[in-house]
Amino acid sequence: MIRLEKRKEPSTFWRIANPFLAVALTMVAGGIMFAALGKDPIAAIRLIFFDPIFSAQFGSYSRPQLLIKSAPLILIAIGLAIGFKANIWNIGAEGQYIIGALFGAGVALAFFPAPGWYIFPLMVLAGAFGGFLWAMIPAILKTRFNTNEILVSLLLVYVAERILAAMALGLMRNPDVAGFPGSRDLRRYEAAHNAELIAGTGIHWGVVAALVAVIFAYAMMTRHMLGYHIKLAGQAPRAARFAGVSPARLVVVCLGISGALAGLAGMFEVSGPGGQVRIEFASGYGFTAIIVAFLGRLNPLGIVLAGLLLGLTYIGGELAQMMLQLPGASIQVFQGMLLFFLLALDFQTNYRLRLTKGARI
Amino acid sequence: MKKLLTAALLSAALATPAVADTTKVGFIYIGPVGDFGWTAGHDRARQEMQDHFGDAVETTIVENVDYGADAERVMTQMALSGTDMIFAASFGYGPDVNAVAGRFPNVAFQHATGYIQEHDNISLYDARFYEGRAVLGHIAGKMTETNTIGYIASYPIPAVISGINSAFLHAKAVNPDVTFRIIWTYSWFDPALEADAAETLIEQGADVIMQHTDSTAAVRVAEDAGVMAFGQASDMVDFGPTAHLSAIVDRWAPYYISRVQALKDGAWEAQNSWLGFADGIIEMAPWNDRIPAELQAEADALIASITSGEYHPFTGPINRQDGTPWLAEGEVAPDADLATMNFYVEGITSDLPN
Repeated sequence: MIRLEKRKEPSTFWRIANPFLAVALTMVAGGIMFAALGKDPIAAIRLIFFDPIFSAQFGSYSRPQLLIKSAPLILIAIGLAIGFKANIWNIGAEGQYIIGALFGAGVALAFFPAPGWYIFPLMVLAGAFGGFLWAMIPAILKTRFNTNEILVSLLLVYVAERILAAMALGLMRNPDVAGFPGSRDLRRYEAAHNAELIAGTGIHWGVVAALVAVIFAYAMMTRHMLGYHIKLAGQAPRAARFAGVSPARLVVVCLGISGALAGLAGMFEVSGPGGQVRIEFASGYGFTAIIVAFLGRLNPLGIVLAGLLLGLTYIGGELAQMMLQLPGASIQVFQGMLLFFLLALDFQTNYRLRLTKGARI
Repeated sequence: MKKLLTAALLSAALATPAVADTTKVGFIYIGPVGDFGWTAGHDRARQEMQDHFGDAVETTIVENVDYGADAERVMTQMALSGTDMIFAASFGYGPDVNAVAGRFPNVAFQHATGYIQEHDNISLYDARFYEGRAVLGHIAGKMTETNTIGYIASYPIPAVISGINSAFLHAKAVNPDVTFRIIWTYSWFDPALEADAAETLIEQGADVIMQHTDSTAAVRVAEDAGVMAFGQASDMVDFGPTAHLSAIVDRWAPYYISRVQALKDGAWEAQNSWLGFADGIIEMAPWNDRIPAELQAEADALIASITSGEYHPFTGPINRQDGTPWLAEGEVAPDADLATMNFYVEGITSDLPN
């Protein structure tokens, strides 16, 4: 007789092993799917996971692109993971990302076309502040009126999208182009351009910021009192309260950090790879970052790996579409499998199968 | 220096015959090829073009490509993989097409419905959808019983605004009591949002739904609600056999074939093409049987007069929404006005978002 038994302690081994196992299972199941579609599964998996990095034809272009695609994911996920550890669920990073971008672009457009070294730093501050401000709405509603931060932060994404559309059509619209929405191209405004720091590497200020955030998050979670409080509040809320941790303060801090980081990501995107405020500027980074945070086990180093992995599946997925004519939907299914297998495997982190003699009633 | 130039010219001349063998043509799409609408229309044309050239052309597609950094990356990867010609089949790819075209001067770029042309390896092409909208407006104005027509619009850009204006003017011409209700989705393809918009419009009394979005959702909602609808970009009759009155069907294939042929002949150069009924680039899906025979004949006559050039859908007198004159009696709208149109015509009651 097989019986499920809850583990006394979650298994550390499976916590670490599961993401790798999930990737392996995704390759197998994805390979079967690609074969069923009549494509060479080995070639498809190679195009998705290896060619963006190692191919002689694409590598020199797609390696830097990997950093460009992954940096915002990592930056946002680092902030989200801090909150998730404390059971504070910011689901609306997408909205904070948009507002951060609008604040950053707003500063740039206000100064246009003046030169000045101080413009970009001001944009950085404005971007972080915008995201912070947008995250404070669910934070204050939660601490004051005990609303649910999951719902409030999520719904504010749709509000942010409407503000974005209004800005692209109105206040921030490029006055030099008649009839079309969208702001000036910030990449053509030198003082505001988040350019590559070293040509051909893809490293822009957003990549640097992601790296700094990872280091800070790691230090905070392992060395600082705040990190200890966050973990304590997540694992044993009652004990945390006895230890003098204020739940309200924690909500504000966690949402504030994640909002500011998401806002930064938006600002670096709009002034660099994105280039301009457009109605369709938001492309789901804020939501994908939630997957990155969990795939990375809410651990800063894990998040770096998870962010790179997800970025890889996007870039490799496009290559596979282009070279093998795989349908776009099959790539989305492939990415979905990754999360599905991870969640399924996580079951054995907390439970194990036991063989028992005889039936129990 | 002169030697260098000669060498460059020579290598360019030598490079041309390579194109003559197998021409690699890439397509990037904003939606899935299975949207049964806009993207399906482009992919239909791609297949026709592929069939026309057979082994002499190799096509490749990437679907669901977002505007911005994603589009730029996909087009760069296409260029790096030896693609000779790239069709970017959505309005919003403009800045991305121009960024990539600047870096790959030997790749020919074809941008649908765009307006930015900063390099001489970018061609722009568009269809005069407002011609088809005039026919839809005429039919809608006659078919509506509630005198309310619902319009699902995507982005407030000239192509969409001129479509609304054209449909409104021609509905109004046959039915002075007609009003338009317009909902903006800020998306080309979002079936859930389009279905919601259709339901809202029907609740507000609309019994004919028009759309400038790419999915079949609105046609299906109209079918379920027992009202009428027009498809978009492709014949969507399968999704609402009773509701679907007609649709403007895009036929890009002749244009695609001519552009690829020009590239193969070494005669490709940047153009800005705006094609309509007369060029066969748009046509109407078969009329639904519920459209009375005399109305079908009127619609056919309208198409014929636009095709022959005898009639232009924007012929004065037409005022702007605020009452200021735009076109005088008998005056025909210049293309420049239509290509940058950012105002409603007189009689439309809602405000243009800005």
